Amino acid sequence: MLLDNMEKKLRPPELHMTPYPAKLITLTSGEKMVVREAERKETGILLQTILPLLGAPKDFYDVVAARMYSEILGWYRYRVANMFVLVGAIEGEIAGIVTSRMASPEIGISLHTLTIKRGLRVGAQLFAAKMEHHLDYLKQKEVYIVAESPIGFKRWMIEYDLESREDRYPEVQHELGGVPTYSLTRDLYEKVKDKKVTGIRPVPEEIVAASRPLRVPTEYSQVPNSREEKTA
Amino acid sequence: MRKVAVVGIGHTRFGNLSDYNLVDVMAMASLDAMEDAGITEERTLIDQLFVANMGGGIINHQTGIASALVSRIAMEPTPAELIENGPASGASAVKLGYMAVKSGMADLVMVTGGELMRAVTGWKGTDFVATLLHPDVEYRYGLTLPAFGGMFTRLYMERYGLTERDLALVAVKDHANGAKNPFAHVQNECTMEGIYDGPNAEVVNNYVAEPLRLYSMCPVSDGAASLLLCATDSPLYERFKKRAGIVISGIGSATDTHCVHNRKDPLDLEAVRISAERAYQNACLTASDISFAELHDAFVILEIAISEEIGLFRKGEAKNAIAEGATKVTGSMPINTSGGLKAKGHPVGATGVSQVYELVKQLRQEAEEGRQVADPVHGIAVNFGGFGNNVVTTICSKEFA
Repeated sequence: MLLDNMEKKLRPPELHMTPYPAKLITLTSGEKMVVREAERKETGILLQTILPLLGAPKDFYDVVAARMYSEILGWYRYRVANMFVLVGAIEGEIAGIVTSRMASPEIGISLHTLTIKRGLRVGAQLFAAKMEHHLDYLKQKEVYIVAESPIGFKRWMIEYDLESREDRYPEVQHELGGVPTYSLTRDLYEKVKDKKVTGIRPVPEEIVAASRPLRVPTEYSQVPNSREEKTA
Repeated sequence: MRKVAVVGIGHTRFGNLSDYNLVDVMAMASLDAMEDAGITEERTLIDQLFVANMGGGIINHQTGIASALVSRIAMEPTPAELIENGPASGASAVKLGYMAVKSGMADLVMVTGGELMRAVTGWKGTDFVATLLHPDVEYRYGLTLPAFGGMFTRLYMERYGLTERDLALVAVKDHANGAKNPFAHVQNECTMEGIYDGPNAEVVNNYVAEPLRLYSMCPVSDGAASLLLCATDSPLYERFKKRAGIVISGIGSATDTHCVHNRKDPLDLEAVRISAERAYQNACLTASDISFAELHDAFVILEIAISEEIGLFRKGEAKNAIAEGATKVTGSMPINTSGGLKAKGHPVGATGVSQVYELVKQLRQEAEEGRQVADPVHGIAVNFGGFGNNVVTTICSKEFA
């Protein structure tokens, strides 16, 4: 691909990023969720999936959806450095999306976790997968994390017993800004890993194939009457 | 003695209703019950309102809820009182409504129970429920109801050979029912592979209060339910013929020691047994007459233990019945056809009223497809307060059974 000089200047430098190997999680419903890295060519379906949640204020879905939309668009257009997107899909239907990036070889920045299919701990599993990628595959030392909703605060700060970096503000602050920064250090991760991170590898080829192409969710519990509206 | 019929039933969806306030939620269920009974425009015919709520003063910073509800649904000058009896508040309100009608003091009574627990964090919600424990010898040491549930389960396992797999079977059955109940908080089915047998079950169904896991516990819910009770010998009863035909045939309650450690045997749920005996006696029935049951499974172990204590199964044998499918909707003794507290949810003040709502719905044969019991005649509900220290049992029957 030929890039003009200006475009080269606008694109951030990229660090080497080890690929995240796909895994398979059997949810409490018995459904099989493939967790894998999304590809840039899947941006359209990811954005289409996020879009309806921009108008869902409950549980701060609107904030998370809006910021994730811009993150993925920025990733697609090469405006965010060292970013990765993981997607959870059940037979190809998107159940959740997480975004994250490397700030440096040592420090990861957890961006957002968007649960679409609720009630099955999809978000918890995708967040755990994101931490697994940062600490086990990208071999980083710690991940900076913030929460923008009470659910996020409970799931990450409390359940992972994250270390607060508030005392080092403003020298240490998460790039999403505004809220206190917490950190998942390698030590903390090793303590909770067995209870939080799960999944089977390698994923059988036919199941990986079933997760491609991705499909927009058939229903959003966050959006009233979404199923009816879709079929009307 | 006059009979007490249930002539109207109302229910909100259980779950996260944080867009509304507590009295709004109670009003929704109350108006639903009035509509069901066909007296929305004649609501001042109601002689008395009993309101069940446990935590309005603590978690919603609101007291005087009965008066507020009367005004919210334009029922002045109807008398109204609030009943707080821990997680058994709902059935206690039903009992007082029953007593008011039975005694002749009232002909038509509304009973509404509601709770808005998600107004606070899960920890604050758990702490609020724990205020029913002894302040000096239980609460002070960090005990919570899930902790009691865990300890009770462990002891039960040791004595009767119950396994975590048995607990998971209860959850699967309850979620299958809840998935078909439009009012249930959790309408997702779960499978044995997902919560117990599968390779990821340890993580996706994590321990909360060992040996109780996530799928062994009820969710924290908002919601309300409402009933209209009418004397069958009242001239008013004629108005309700369309929705009549179901009576409260028996009701009983009992208490036990405030502290569990003061009981001779912590596995002996004496208040459950005695309240059921009183209800059976009141109804002139025995456990063998019961067609189905709604039991207070805040922790799935309680569905098992209560079902034995009220005589549906012998001690230690409920697990066999569950494994054989006897407690499914299609089984010989369907339990928690609503999804139970496990899947339907547990807004504490609403639960006892909601259980009776389910008895009536089943007896009317109006339950949704897939969760209707075949030809039920008598249904029993057990609402369990504290850790078994205040229990109310209600039996509803077809009027001419």
